[in-house]
Order: sequence, then structure tokens, then C-alpha cells
Amino acid sequence: MSFPWANHYEPKHPLMKWVDDRLPLPRLVYNAVGAGYPVPRNLNYFWNFGVLAGLALVIQIVTGIVLAMHYAANAGVAFNSVEHIMRDVNQGWLLRYAHANGASMFFIVVYLHIFRGLYYGSYKAPREMVWLLGLVIFLLMMATAFMGYVLPWGQMSFWGAKVITGLFSAIPLVGPTIQEWLLGGFAPDNAALNRFFSLHYLLPFVIAAVIILHIWALHIPGSSNPTGVEVKGPQDTVPFHPYYTAKDGFGAGVFLVIFALLLFFAPNFLGHPDNYIPANPLSTPAHIVPEWYFWPFYAILRAFTVDIFGIPAKLLGVIAMFGSIILLFFLPWLDNSPVRSGNYRPRFRQFFWILCIDVLILGYCGGSPAEEPYVMISQLAAAYYFAHFLIILPLLAKLETTLPLPNSITEAVLDGQSGSTLSTNTQSAPSAPSH
Amino acid sequence: MATGEQAAAPHTDLADDGVRRRDFINVAAVSFAGVGAVATLVPLINQMNPSADVLALASIDVDVSAIKEGQAIKTIYRKQPLFIRHLTAKEIAAADAVPLSELRDPQTLAERTKEGHKQWLITMGVCTHLGCVPLGAGEGETRGEFGGYFCPCHGSSYDTAARIRKGPAPKNLEVPEYAFKSDTVVTVGGGKA
Repeated sequence: MSFPWANHYEPKHPLMKWVDDRLPLPRLVYNAVGAGYPVPRNLNYFWNFGVLAGLALVIQIVTGIVLAMHYAANAGVAFNSVEHIMRDVNQGWLLRYAHANGASMFFIVVYLHIFRGLYYGSYKAPREMVWLLGLVIFLLMMATAFMGYVLPWGQMSFWGAKVITGLFSAIPLVGPTIQEWLLGGFAPDNAALNRFFSLHYLLPFVIAAVIILHIWALHIPGSSNPTGVEVKGPQDTVPFHPYYTAKDGFGAGVFLVIFALLLFFAPNFLGHPDNYIPANPLSTPAHIVPEWYFWPFYAILRAFTVDIFGIPAKLLGVIAMFGSIILLFFLPWLDNSPVRSGNYRPRFRQFFWILCIDVLILGYCGGSPAEEPYVMISQLAAAYYFAHFLIILPLLAKLETTLPLPNSITEAVLDGQSGSTLSTNTQSAPSAPSH
Repeated sequence: MATGEQAAAPHTDLADDGVRRRDFINVAAVSFAGVGAVATLVPLINQMNPSADVLALASIDVDVSAIKEGQAIKTIYRKQPLFIRHLTAKEIAAADAVPLSELRDPQTLAERTKEGHKQWLITMGVCTHLGCVPLGAGEGETRGEFGGYFCPCHGSSYDTAARIRKGPAPKNLEVPEYAFKSDTVVTVGGGKA
């Protein structure tokens, strides 16, 4: 689970020795996130976002548990109980705004975490399992966030639930039956609200469990780093504590400042005014959109407007939307370039930034009304998204001439950027690692 | 235990084909427990299906005698809007005049209404695109360019037989199962419980 030169846990206090002999939990913590976990010495601030995502989850669980003390999951009173939290419960407004905006902060850091992995090739061998588990966490987060948004039982909650469960009705033959099973009725109502609350409370703890697996899988090869070159010796690493606890602590401070700005100065900026109208099954809001973090996927869903080969457009949209995430599970095998980091892949780097812009465009279209020109832009951007993973990445892995890699992390660090400028290394530095 | 016994008496419990009695008991016991475990899942999954009180609302009686020609009402069936519309002769003629080849989801008005009650168009008020409630049943609401219903979400237009004519929706507005109890009372639903 660690490098041979890792610090060893040696309890000094008799009590700690006594505990260590019976339940070595402090030892586990020491080896996982303490001085006993050696980490590459060259991690930049993009490596903060894993810890920040964990912090965001803790904020969500803590605020969520206290909100559940005041919320009532019944279609008759849910909306009013949320208003009760906002107006009557002591600091209820703060807790609810923290929970609602905390979800947005969670997604912001997770998206940065994912794109960090995409740029630095963190999904490549031997860390495929870390990537796959991360995607499982992402899917669980999306399910949790969706169900949480239904709980206030406003207009967007209701119609969001209707549209999203309606996606399942696109499945041939069994679709409508599945939708009825999910909702416990023919439209969202008390049965749906109750089960969404139950699952919304459960899933964060499932996420926490998968995070433990995610970290476990990470700690077997150890963290990757901006050069993508594996650790070769003790000179390449520093202990997690105090070096990265301090660096993550600073990141956490910045995170909390931004969170506070959003929470105290623009708590409804990311929300929808329509959700302050109680759910009405007989009147649809003119412009139904999901929360911002679903916009890119919503754009892909709506990009299909005509039937292709007899498959209805609605089903195609659903397949494409789920496919856009399922695709990422195959990423470690689609991109088999032996060079991990985008720093040493000049062409890949350009396409990476195009992908980032593409996803932002998809997000913008997903938040816009389903009319031209947004539909056509969504279609082009969705096509590019799939092309990036299915065509561009496999071709790049074959065709790209990569830059020379440094011999080691230490060399890269002491040399400033890369080993290529050191004349002694240009001959020996391979353009691809041999492993 | 099994291996111990086998070691003590390696041949006594072997049948002719080499299958031990204990192997059979193991497979049978685990299979039995497995079937039992799977059976336990049935109530855990089935509890999520619509409950009895939800299904009890799955059929309604509507008195349509007060709906004048050209008028429509919105009521609730299975917690979803239901449109009941009294078509005018002109609207019936307009719906019948459309060739089926022009339709995305080809159906005649006669197929979408009951024999002898062609003037009563009874459909769900749920757009077949993403489930919004179309306009056109309420007084003064726009009926779109085909004179039927118009969905404001993504611009699907339905004609006077509530058939999809324009926009992203794939199908005509759904006609629920219903029957005329008398000339003025309609029972909607009831078939599937």
C-alpha cells in the first residue's frame, strides 16, 4: 500500500500503544492521510480538488442531516416545511442555502477534479480502478442531487421529476412500466417524494463508502503527478502530512471563501425562481431546465430531434445522454498513449482545451430554451464530444509525437519544467516510458 | 468436515459417476437458499409499484353534459391532466380532411374516438415529448396553428384530433381507455388496475 521508505507509525504514548495493539485505527489514518503516506513532491494546486470534494460531501451530509430534522417528506406539506425552514427555524435559511449552494460547490470541485484527471492522464494504468470508482461516485452524486432537488416540491422540482423519470419511458416496451415503478404512480406524487427523500438520505453514505474504495485504489500505486512520471525513489516524495495537509488546508480556505461569497451574497443565483412556486401538476413552467451541473447532459439529451433508422429521437437522446457518461468508463482503454501527462503531449493538449470549450458550449445550450440556434449548436457540440473520445484520442495515441519526459520527478522539479532542456538528459530521456 | 470424512473413508460415499452425496446436498442447499433470497427481493421491489390508494384513483366518471360544442374541460385522471373536448362539426371535418400520409403518427379521428361519439375527443393533457401540459383546453388559451393543442415548452402543435403535426413530440396525445356509461357520462380508466 505504500513505498518502502514511508514513515512508520510508532505510538509513543502507552494508551496509543494499547489502542494500536487492539484496533490500529490511528495507524490506518497515519498511513492513509498522515506522515506515513509518501506523495510526489511536485503536485500542483489541481491536486487539491479530491480533498475539497471530500470537504464538500461532509458539508452536505452535516447540513442535510440537520435539515432533515425540520423537513417533512409529504407532498401536502413539503413545500411549506421548506418555507418553515427558511422563515421560522433558527438559522434555517443559512442551513438550507448552505445545502443548496453546497451541492453546486460539490459539483464545481468534482468537475475540476475530473478534468484534472483528463488532462494529466490520471485514468491510465495502473490507476484505472481509481478512475472507474470516481465515475461511480459521479453517477451517485447526480442521482443524489436530482432527488434532492425534487424535495422542496416546487414547480421545478415537480416538472424536473416528471421529465427525468420520463426519460425511462423512452425505453421500448417496458419503459412506461419502469416509470410507474420509479414514481409509484402515474405522475410524481407523495409516493415519489417519499422514496426520493429516503434515497437522498441514503446515497451520500454510499458515496462515502465508494470514496473509501476510491482512496484505497489510489493508494496502491500512489498518487500520480503533473509530469506523469512514476515515483522512482525517496527523493521524489514528501510525506502527505504536513506537506499536503498544509497545501490542501490552503485550498480549503479558498474554497470556503468562494462558498461564503455565493452563500451570503448570491444564494439564489444558481437556483430557479420557479421553484418558489408550489408544485402544480396542471401547469407546466414555460422553460424547464435542470440545475446548471446537468446542463451539458441535458443539451445532449435534446440534441436528437429526428428519428434515425426508425429509432425514435427521444430514445436516441436518452441513449446519447447516458452514453456520454458510460463512454468515460472506457477512457483508460480508448487513450492508450504511453505518455500520461498533457504537459508532454502538445497535440493532446490542444484537443483537451477544445473539449473543455465544447463542454462549456454544451452547458450553455443545455441551459437555453430548446430552439434554434441552440439545438443545432448542441448537435454539433454533442457530436464533437463523442468524436473526441472515440476518434481523436485513439488516433492521437498512435500518431502524436510526444515531448521527451524527464528522467524523474526530482529532475523535473529541480530543472524547472522538463528534463528536455538539460543537455545531459536529452539523449537518455525517452519519449515514452518503457513500462 | 467434508474433506475430513472423505479422507477417512475416501470411497464409501462416492456414487458410480463420481458425484458425492454431500456435493448434491451442498448444491441443493445453496440453490434453495438462493431461490429464497431472490424471492425476498420481490416485496422489496414490488413495494415501489403504485399502491392500492393510487390505483383506486385509476378510474373516474365524468359528466360531459355541460360541455358545449367547441368547449373543452381539463380534469384530473391518475394525477395527470385529462382533456375532454366537444368538437364542432367544422373541427371534425378538418380532422377528417387530413390524409394519413401527412401524419407522423397516423391515426384517423374515428380511431381516436368512440363509435357514435365522434364529437367527444378525450385525451391525456400530457405532451408526448417531455410531459408538459399543452395549452388549448382552457378558455382563451392558444390552440396552435392546427386548432387543437399547443405545447409551450418546445412548440409541439396538435390538430383537432390531438394528433401531432409539428414540433418535437413523437406521438399523438394519448387516448386513455374509456367507455360511455350513458350518453352524458364517461368512465375513464378502470381496465388496468
